[in-house]
Amino acid sequence: MEYILAKYNYWIYILLMMIGLYAMIAKNNLVKKVIGMSIFQTAIIVFYVSIGAKRGASIPIIAHGHGHDVIATAVSAAEYANPLPHVLMLTAIVVSVGTLGVALAVCLAIYRRYNSLEEDEILEQLR
Amino acid sequence: MIASEQAVALMVVLPLLSALVINMAGWFDRRLCFPIALFALLGSCCSAFITVSRVIKSGVIHYRLGGWAPPMGIEYVVDHLNALVLVIIFVVSLLALLFSYKSIQVELPEKILQFYTLYLLLVAGLAGMTITGDAFNLYVLMEISALTSYALIALGDKRALVASFNYIILGTIGASLYLLGVGHLYIMTGSLNMADLQTILPALLDARAIAVAFVLVMGGVWVKMAFFPMHGWLPNAYSYAPSSTSCLVAPLMTKVSVYIMIRMMFSVFNPNYIFVYLDWGRLVVPLATVAIIFGSISALAQKDLRKMLTYIIVAEVGYMVGGAWLANVTGLTGAIYHILADAMMTLCLFMVVGAIIYKLKDSSMDSMEFIFRRMPVTSVVFVIGAFAMIGIPPTCGFFSKWYLISGAIETSQWHYIFALLFSSLVNAFVFFRLFEIGFFGKKPADGHDHHAPEIAVSEAPVTMLVPMVLTALSLIAIGIYTNEIVTVLITKTLPVGL
Repeated sequence: MEYILAKYNYWIYILLMMIGLYAMIAKNNLVKKVIGMSIFQTAIIVFYVSIGAKRGASIPIIAHGHGHDVIATAVSAAEYANPLPHVLMLTAIVVSVGTLGVALAVCLAIYRRYNSLEEDEILEQLR
Repeated sequence: MIASEQAVALMVVLPLLSALVINMAGWFDRRLCFPIALFALLGSCCSAFITVSRVIKSGVIHYRLGGWAPPMGIEYVVDHLNALVLVIIFVVSLLALLFSYKSIQVELPEKILQFYTLYLLLVAGLAGMTITGDAFNLYVLMEISALTSYALIALGDKRALVASFNYIILGTIGASLYLLGVGHLYIMTGSLNMADLQTILPALLDARAIAVAFVLVMGGVWVKMAFFPMHGWLPNAYSYAPSSTSCLVAPLMTKVSVYIMIRMMFSVFNPNYIFVYLDWGRLVVPLATVAIIFGSISALAQKDLRKMLTYIIVAEVGYMVGGAWLANVTGLTGAIYHILADAMMTLCLFMVVGAIIYKLKDSSMDSMEFIFRRMPVTSVVFVIGAFAMIGIPPTCGFFSKWYLISGAIETSQWHYIFALLFSSLVNAFVFFRLFEIGFFGKKPADGHDHHAPEIAVSEAPVTMLVPMVLTALSLIAIGIYTNEIVTVLITKTLPVGL
């Protein structure tokens, strides 16, 4: 129990990832698959964001950063949350929005051609 | 000289910016798209050759983007291995661009603007993936090339949309697994720079998170390259795409993924970790064997030319993965050489099929009937490409198989040798059947009435023939200069401790 609680952020991301994976593989509706894909990507974003957090740390902005006093501007890294994973995730969010856009556009085109978004109905028409 | 130093960045920047320029210029006049794309890729191609000659002359090049020093900033690293891959990317994309000029006018007359924009973005993504020295940057560029290839494939006819959708789902799983693996590496090392990771990782051999990271990264890259159990998306996606798309995507996407696998195995992790500590060569090489045999048998069962070629690609991916995991110098040399050989062979055969589709509007095997009389140049190119696939000297296919088989003999992986020979036999069978149809037609076997109908010669247009002939000649040239390519480029890249 302690094992689960101490690392709860990892358990949450794994749970989210599995929900997304399940939807992508098992769902019949194409839009549901796309939603699953989005959840899957969000799980990874949650993972990255959570590893940058620290208990009792403040946001990584250095107050009075451009003073001339060397001691005042010295930074102790332990007091700040790690900004790098968050910055990486800004990029990853943009990428996942792009993927979502392409996937929905393809869904739209599929619907216009086959008049359905259910995978089995589409496969029937392809046969 | 400043220009030659900036050539490293220009390779990626030129296609990226030209994609924007095409999009704007194309609104005014659609005829501008092709020349702009041509100039961009010519420029990139020259930059690639300048960079290669610099690498050969003076060793590894580091290019700091924005002047930020490596562990913090992103750097481009060009060593002998990715210099070779960069040349492959730009030469293949230039030849495929020439080829696309006519075929795109027939297949997608109202989508020319979108096609060339996506085409250049895809090339920029692939080149960026190859050149970057930063693990996260690699992910972003991987997604750029993936997103553009989804769109390029979806432009195709009939079933392309569904194939593209499946590719989106699987491709996203692959890229996400890679991203997760990089996240694990970051937790353990606090770095994303590949060279930095390599120096930190040996101290963390025992950490379980590192093994998880390795599995995730490899899993992600394997989905991207359609390695056997994860190959499901590839055959449909590549065979229903427009023929000029498959000429670009089929030779490059899987090969660049193989390159990334080799880069990750030997420039981020190290051979000692993979082959001695984890000792997973004994798991992956049998999987490669299964991939080769599965791909070959499926290729036998196909009636459509492009479908057949896509299954051959699945088998070829097995060649390269197996070669890289043989854990010896000869096998890895074979795998790297095969990246070059297979890119050119695949390009050659896909262009031939593209030309047949252009002339005959059909890609079934029956369309090959009397092809030798109808399209003599195309069929000679086809014969050379097929010989390379089978592995007949002096084409390059023979030499890569030679290296792979001798590497497998050194480690006595007999099943892998069997798979390679089996796949060569199957390729020989498949292609000689096509030659037969091409020469004699699909006549019933009663022997009478063997007078072929009079068929006039009607070749593909010159813009298609030139790249096809060049590719076919390059197959022979690469084969003849095997020794030079291996000693000048490939042996310099082999990791220490293998």
